[in-house]
Amino acid sequence: MDFSVFFQPAFSGGGTYLDWVLSGIQWTLLVSILGWVIAFTVGSVLGVLRTTQRVVLRAPATLYVEVFRNVPLLVQMFIWYFVLPEIVPRALGDWMKTQMPMPEFWNAVLCLGFYTASRVAEQVRSGIQSIPRGQTYAGLAMGLTQPQVYRHVLLPMGYRIIIPPLTSEFLTIFKNSSVALTIGVLELTAQARQISEYTFRTFEVFTVATVVYVLITLTVTVAMRALEGKVRVPGYLGPAGR
Amino acid sequence: MFTGFDFDVIARSLPYLSQGMLFSLGLTVLSMIGGIVLGTVLALMRLAPFRVLHLPASGYVNLLRSTPLILVIFWFYFLVPLAMKRLSGDAYATGIGPFYSALIAFTLFEAAYYCEIIRAGIQSVPRGQVHAAFALGLTYGQAMRRVILPQAFRNMVPILLTQGIILFQDTSLVYVVGLTDFMGAASKIAQRDGRLVEMYLFAALIYFILCFLASYVVKRLQLRYSVGR
Repeated sequence: MDFSVFFQPAFSGGGTYLDWVLSGIQWTLLVSILGWVIAFTVGSVLGVLRTTQRVVLRAPATLYVEVFRNVPLLVQMFIWYFVLPEIVPRALGDWMKTQMPMPEFWNAVLCLGFYTASRVAEQVRSGIQSIPRGQTYAGLAMGLTQPQVYRHVLLPMGYRIIIPPLTSEFLTIFKNSSVALTIGVLELTAQARQISEYTFRTFEVFTVATVVYVLITLTVTVAMRALEGKVRVPGYLGPAGR
Repeated sequence: MFTGFDFDVIARSLPYLSQGMLFSLGLTVLSMIGGIVLGTVLALMRLAPFRVLHLPASGYVNLLRSTPLILVIFWFYFLVPLAMKRLSGDAYATGIGPFYSALIAFTLFEAAYYCEIIRAGIQSVPRGQVHAAFALGLTYGQAMRRVILPQAFRNMVPILLTQGIILFQDTSLVYVVGLTDFMGAASKIAQRDGRLVEMYLFAALIYFILCFLASYVVKRLQLRYSVGR
């Protein structure tokens, strides 16, 4: 065990190997957080659509969820990066291939975002469906429109119910961000492998990467538990009730 | 949209692709079996009242559940040959192929996830069953083996199979160490023939069909099991 390897000057780029690790952490966080913004937004819309009565709205959302859930993330990653530029209209494809800034990064973000959206959608749907019917009827009886019932009654309650599964979805997108290394994003796992190839200090490097992943997971878990307690509806569910 | 596509490349490479698919399926089934066996042991350890048993099991499960699968694959791709060198004394560790590294990595990784499923399954068996078993004079081991686990597993079958589908999708990640599973085969041909679009779309289609059908079967199974409870 010799962790001094991280303070040695790196093979290229001027800094030390520690800088490589830090830059890897930064890309991991960037990809996961931006991907999560997409996943949460798109997933919420899809989840709501899946609970509506109208087939025209429900069917496309169901199709989306089935397609994105049943194709491995790696395959989706390759489709975004290698296939999409070839099958979109010529001008857009050429732009993606030549002018798009940081194509690996943005394709990874989009891929992770739209993949995770299908999983978030399922959580949002089950959250809404776990609210007793009476609440919807009460809302409608008070003169709220259907969208208002979602906005003021179902979603505020539904999101609170699904905080724990949403936390684990966030942790999943954060772990899945390592798949971005297959299209060349130098996130934490990619940096760890690269450093081990340059220094042969595989054990030390992988240990540090693993510890960083565990620390981020712990931080997110603790933060979300605090949030869960904070937004708890008194006399209803929540960590204290379980 | 598909003008200029060469779908013949798929027909030409079918034998190679199906070999890759056999690899994927084999890896899935073997690591599923290994994962469930080890997961059961871990779950029993986590539920045991002794610290010496449940602390290491909890630590193991939490550690693996917060590490990305790709990193775990890299870990074992590096560790397994090293361990074999120690064990066999063979300087080049020729006895063990990359398939076994992948198998060990997937088994140990999935065991953490299976453990949590099985633990929840065991906890879902009513407490009265345990008391009844003890009242009948069964030992802890007998009660587990003959009363609790059979009921727990019956409830868990759909979730265990769903996890198996996820595992099947995850096996595509052996691509990162260059193994030729279905996705590895597809990508090797894609790069050899410069036919990325056709091969990756085909791979996506096949994965979709298999996983969609499998989840449909699991859903039917779930409906059937939930009747009568």
